Amino acid sequence: MAELLQYLFAGLTSGAIYALAGLGFAIIYNASHVINFAQGEFIMIGGMTTATLAAAGVPVPLAALAAMAVTMLVGVALEKFAIEPARDSDVVTIIIITIGASIFLRGAAQVVWDKEFHALAPFSGETPIRVLGATLMPQSLWVVGVAMAMIAGLWWFFNRTLFGKAMLATSFNRLAAQLMGIGVKKVLLVSFALSAALGAVGGIVVTPIAFTNYEAGIMLGLKGFSAAVLGGLGNGMGAVVGGLIVGIAEALGAGYVSSAYKDAIAFVIILVVLFFMPNGLFGKKGVDRV
Amino acid sequence: MLLEIDDLASHYGRIQALDGISLNVQEGELVALVGANGAGKTTLLRALSGVQPVSGGRIRFEGVDITRLSPERRVALGIAQVPEGRQVFAPLSVEDNLRLGAYRRQGADVAADMDRMYQLFPVLFKKRELPAGTLSGGQQQMLAIARALMSAPRLLLLDEPSMGLAPLLVEEIFRVVAGLRDQGVTIFLVEQNAHAALALADRAYVMETGQVVMEGAGVELQADERVKAAYLGL
Ligand SMILES: Nc1ncnc2c1ncn2[C@@H]1O[C@H](COP(=O)(O)OP(=O)(O)OP(=O)(O)O)[C@@H](O)[C@H]1O
Ligand SMILES: [Mg+2]
Repeated sequence: MAELLQYLFAGLTSGAIYALAGLGFAIIYNASHVINFAQGEFIMIGGMTTATLAAAGVPVPLAALAAMAVTMLVGVALEKFAIEPARDSDVVTIIIITIGASIFLRGAAQVVWDKEFHALAPFSGETPIRVLGATLMPQSLWVVGVAMAMIAGLWWFFNRTLFGKAMLATSFNRLAAQLMGIGVKKVLLVSFALSAALGAVGGIVVTPIAFTNYEAGIMLGLKGFSAAVLGGLGNGMGAVVGGLIVGIAEALGAGYVSSAYKDAIAFVIILVVLFFMPNGLFGKKGVDRV
Repeated sequence: MLLEIDDLASHYGRIQALDGISLNVQEGELVALVGANGAGKTTLLRALSGVQPVSGGRIRFEGVDITRLSPERRVALGIAQVPEGRQVFAPLSVEDNLRLGAYRRQGADVAADMDRMYQLFPVLFKKRELPAGTLSGGQQQMLAIARALMSAPRLLLLDEPSMGLAPLLVEEIFRVVAGLRDQGVTIFLVEQNAHAALALADRAYVMETGQVVMEGAGVELQADERVKAAYLGL
């Protein structure tokens, strides 16, 4: 029982990170039908920037804000200089551009930083909390709490603000959105900024648990992608549920089978979903492409 | 002159869909545009809203050249379109659809305008919280019209509002269009239902393969032998 609880804690923690990454995929997918494979690099840049600034003596809250700003800037630049010029190309071409961008960002990170791992101290110390025989690290609470706050914020943005609704409307019917006077270029730009912010936040809260280096975004990005695919691409709630399922499945697999298979589980999930339910758990049948 | 189109051309790849269109619409007029399938009517309306590339010619709105203006700027100037096939935001509520119609008028009295739309189309009020996709075809058409009106347009472009509707609903839609005209809304109406459109219009244009081939008062065209033969099935 304690053992199971221990695995669930671990699964929920990584699941929350995958959920944030999955939401990042979903937001950009909704705005453009593009799968942004540089999403993981947003996570990496968020974590690396915070770790570096904190190591240089900048207070962590300030470092985190700066890291978010830097990552959002990278996201906006990616959209402006790599995606926007290719706007009229087909979606597959743009997806390949994002793969190129992710390789470029990893290379740039190697140059700006190095190949070493960077650490960040846990936000509220390292005294474990005992719960029914299992232990819970305070940083896990940070991860889950911050993820929940981000999800609530996104929900409010998309359901309660006019611009959020305009972004949704653009994803449902791009032509009609244009005819309403919604600037679809701005929608695309904001979707990249938002996804970058989500990635950065994930990177910031997870770094005290997992360390980070220039390659840290690869795995986190792919798992966020499997979360998004599992939930049904473009479905926000699906991405969150998908993230938690991937995280928990991974933790249970690592605990009860072998930690050697931990990373493989996310990919097995992608394959199974793509084969047996290509629309994911909550995806609509036959996405209408406009 | 509210809208002046001068020698407008547009292509889909190598296919020329508009081939030197010239026409105009005056403030307060209801001008109809009729023509067979594929004549280029939708393409013209798309070009007017800025969602279709223009390869030649000029569009002026209130004397200002808008040929290269972005779609959102044109909406802000007062050009609204009810597109072919209605194109409501299906998963969003009726009310959100209306609110997005007023997207370019933030700060304006949107709530009062929404009440006016609900008076005009009481069925929309009853269904205001439902996803627009659950409405019937006729109701979706009313929503699409109301959504466009929410932008307080100076020029309303309607692309085949009666398409695919049962005869009773077609009548209702034409009644609504006539009512809007009576309230002073300037309307440019594209219709396959040439009979009803010509009966309603102050003036009309006939389009064929990307060109304007005839123009005149609505009743005049209605009586024209060639129009009768080609479009009225008489
Ligand atoms: N997306 C497109 N790609 C290529 N050609 C197109 C496209 N849309 C329209 N066309 C062509 O452009 C021409 C004009 O089409 P348009 O839709 O403007 O006609 P229309 O008068 O609105 O017809 P309808 O009465 O059927 O709505 C047609 O020959 C059509 O085949
Ligand atoms: Mg048409």
